[in-house]
Amino acid sequence: MAAPPVPRSEMSPSVEVPRRVGFVRRTFAPVAQARGIPRAIVWIGAGITAMFILLAIFAPVVAPYHFNQYRTGDGERFVKQEAPSAEHPFGTNVMSTDVMSRVIYGSRTAIEVVLLSLAFALAIGLPLGLVSGYFRGKLDRALVLVMDSMIAFPYLLIAIVVAFLLSEAIGRGVITAALAISVTYTPFYFRVVRNHVISVQEEPYVEAARALGARPRTIIGRYVFQNVIQNVPVIATLNAADAILTLAALGFLGYGIQPTEAAEWGYDIQRAIADAGAGIWWTGLFPGLAIVLLVTGLTLLGEGLNDVMNPVIRKRPIRRVEMPPLPALEEP
Amino acid sequence: MIPSDPILSVRRMRVWYGTERGPVRAVDDVSFEIRTGETLGLVGESGCGKSTLGRGLMGLLPEGAVVDGSVRFQGQELVGQPRKVLRSMRGPQIGMIFQEPMTRLNPLMRIEDHFLETLRTHEPDLSQDEARKRSLEALGRMGIPPTRFRQYPHEFSGGMRQRIMIALGLVLQPKLVIADEPTTSLDVLVEAQILGILADLKANFDTALLLITHNLGIVAESCDRVAVMYAGKIVEQAETHELFRSPAHPYTRELLASIISLHTTGLRSIPGAPPDLTDPPPGCRFHPRCPDAMLVCRDRDPLPTRPEPSREVRCWLHGPDRVIPEGGRRPLEREGVALADEA
Amino acid sequence: MARQTGSLRAYFLTRLLLAVPNLLILLTIVFLLMRVAPGDPISAALGGRLPQEELDRRRHEAGYDRPIVVQYLEFLGNTLTLDFGTTLTDNRALTSVIVQNGAATLELTFFAMVVAVTVGVIVGLVAGRFRDTVLDVGGRLFGIVIYAAPVFFLGFLAQLTFGKWLGLLPTSGRADPVVQFDLDTKTNLFVLDSIITGNWTALWDVTRHLVMPVLTLGLVIGGVFIRLIRVNVLQTLKGDYVEAARARGVPERKVVFRHAFRNALVPVVTVMGLQFAVLLSGAVLTEQTFNWPGLGAELVRYLNNRDYIAVQGIITFTGLVVVFASLMIDVVTAWIDPRVRY
Repeated sequence: MAAPPVPRSEMSPSVEVPRRVGFVRRTFAPVAQARGIPRAIVWIGAGITAMFILLAIFAPVVAPYHFNQYRTGDGERFVKQEAPSAEHPFGTNVMSTDVMSRVIYGSRTAIEVVLLSLAFALAIGLPLGLVSGYFRGKLDRALVLVMDSMIAFPYLLIAIVVAFLLSEAIGRGVITAALAISVTYTPFYFRVVRNHVISVQEEPYVEAARALGARPRTIIGRYVFQNVIQNVPVIATLNAADAILTLAALGFLGYGIQPTEAAEWGYDIQRAIADAGAGIWWTGLFPGLAIVLLVTGLTLLGEGLNDVMNPVIRKRPIRRVEMPPLPALEEP
Repeated sequence: MIPSDPILSVRRMRVWYGTERGPVRAVDDVSFEIRTGETLGLVGESGCGKSTLGRGLMGLLPEGAVVDGSVRFQGQELVGQPRKVLRSMRGPQIGMIFQEPMTRLNPLMRIEDHFLETLRTHEPDLSQDEARKRSLEALGRMGIPPTRFRQYPHEFSGGMRQRIMIALGLVLQPKLVIADEPTTSLDVLVEAQILGILADLKANFDTALLLITHNLGIVAESCDRVAVMYAGKIVEQAETHELFRSPAHPYTRELLASIISLHTTGLRSIPGAPPDLTDPPPGCRFHPRCPDAMLVCRDRDPLPTRPEPSREVRCWLHGPDRVIPEGGRRPLEREGVALADEA
Repeated sequence: MARQTGSLRAYFLTRLLLAVPNLLILLTIVFLLMRVAPGDPISAALGGRLPQEELDRRRHEAGYDRPIVVQYLEFLGNTLTLDFGTTLTDNRALTSVIVQNGAATLELTFFAMVVAVTVGVIVGLVAGRFRDTVLDVGGRLFGIVIYAAPVFFLGFLAQLTFGKWLGLLPTSGRADPVVQFDLDTKTNLFVLDSIITGNWTALWDVTRHLVMPVLTLGLVIGGVFIRLIRVNVLQTLKGDYVEAARARGVPERKVVFRHAFRNALVPVVTVMGLQFAVLLSGAVLTEQTFNWPGLGAELVRYLNNRDYIAVQGIITFTGLVVVFASLMIDVVTAWIDPRVRY
């Protein structure tokens, strides 16, 4: 009769069983250990980002009015281009809509589009990069050539053309914008993932795994993927910051989302440019500040994480040393 | 033996770093001397503090490190000197050779630029021609032809880069050279060449050399005297042939026994691992791993003794007896060596 | 691991050869994109405005009923001879569009890059050298915030303050119409033209018009340089050769400048190349904000009019510029860093 299997708890304590949870904790351990300025940066960035996400989720509750609302419940029209007041803390714009509400709803648009575009870009770029980097050969060379060409090209031009062509086909909505943005960022994800996969493959531990006879699927799944995944949060965060700027740019040029469908910061600023000549500052200032704040928050978060987790430039905290006096050499 | 005053005299030197877990006592009460033209080998395992010691002598420690004790070079006290003074001594008085030659040269500067920079720093009135002549001389002694003077570092192999580094370290003819694992990253043939060059230094220029290494073979080959370092302390110092013939400290003994040679029939290693320098064991730092440990070893740090005039040991096996308390010489009972954490 | 340093010329030629497939891919993508549009360019632009037979005739004349491969090859051939065709909607030769409006964009982007590199390098070097001090934190924050501000927002603020409230600077166009009429535009680069012809009123006016667009675009791009330079300085200061130089007694100031800073700046040229695409994207926005008659503004206009020939021409030209620029950047990098040469 075979001996019953030894339960894990009975095993010698020196045998450590790796756990999934430990992976997350280990990855983000440097964040907990960070002190001083690097830590502050991460938390400030996270705080700002969280605030906008909350605004996005609770927009209908938080915003005083609907983003396209130009009159009160009684049917009375708002004053056009009214300066900030009690009823309209950020004023109204040329369409008589409330600026503050548009700013709040704008965060919902921004977060929606960015998340979508991130998902699209990752869905294509990540697997392509993994496969290309692992298997190399002709496929890899061809993909790299195509992707590199796209990266070198001005991203906004690509986004504009794609957005325009898509809008002819499926209209000007959130999906169109997200797709246009994801097209510009997919080559970037592809390249980052691919390069990382290649450098991980050179690592001795992957070579050792191969020597032990691990299948490609295991190597990709356990070693390469996990290693690459560690970098994704930082890259995605910084990319999200860029994507918001791209969305605003599309909106500014008029290739963004249909104004009736959603409020968008870039579009609002475009309308505000004409106001600048008349000295009307509130229609452009608040949407612009919203963009600056959200992008800064995301950048701080991404850069802060990178600073804290990147072992090369991570600064180990220095503690002051107090040296006690030496004991005398000879006994009295 | 070269009868002369010591060119370097180190007394009770300590180098501690501050970290979040407490101070790292990398060098903890170390004393030794080097005489003119003498080669002293400093041996120890990784993490024993020997590299820190080498850098500490020159004042090349990172932020947050504190130095205590006395380091006298040619009679002049170095500890506590302003940075400017130390800087001016690096090159003409004390030279340093590092471990990884591949990354020690600025990739954007030609070899010529490296040399001119060094010479101009310490002898600003030197003419271009004179500086070039001396550089080519130093390189020539290392076997680097003048035609390669204007090349870039990436055009040289590892062994050649190390020779260039040595030439750079010697071009100002310092009296003392500190070599920190100069051959560790090089293959055996190149290693032999480099050791030959270092031996020539002594023969031709009377340069004193502190050779820091973990390789006992090099020590046996090139050094006049040896200092064995463990966990921040020097446990034994002696003349090379005497140390190898009859090691006094148990650690030295075990180190020598673990060397693999053509006569080796079974592998021998020292159980356990070097201690964590932020929290070293009480008493003698080697006692948890020492086969000859006694009760007193756990309680008190051994005092330096001289069993012979040219040898110094820190081990209770060698006394001083009057200091060891009653019953202290009884063997230490150990519960079995636990799997230690990595230091 | 010793290598011979290759000659710069060999590097340039090899790099040139490598640029060809890049260019081909870009051109193919452009070609395909323009054909993806509903219908063909003629119908798209002029459909509904002309009778069907006229549209068919023009389509046949322009060759849009031929097999796609033939059209593709003709497109490639034309591009190589720099024949970008004629616009559909206003019958301009695209080459003249490129020369006139392209010069405006060139002026804008050139000066903006100068501003970006200057600001970026100085702030980045200072921030990296004095890590974790007020200078460092301030510099980094500045770099982050300025990059987070869309160039059109900065433009809006600039127009508000300097245009409306302080009344110091003009808010649109390249020059006053009267001045422009008087200016003999040989190169279409107004600054250059006014200097060549000695027209000092024009120089003053043109420069005043340049200030806001150049500063807004330049500062935004500069933000990226700040971060890059700073990280590079931090890394080089930790470098082994820096420690070795200190061990030879080289004075700290020299160590910082000659070993750390200089090595930290090596990637600047490469980054300039990478930022080139961002610069052009930003230029489109800046041109819209300040009514700057550049290529970006024209692109938007033609796109809105569905003049796909014009759009194709402008984007093809941009592709050529990008490939050429990155070639030049690589050559300059190889000149600076001898390790890069083959």
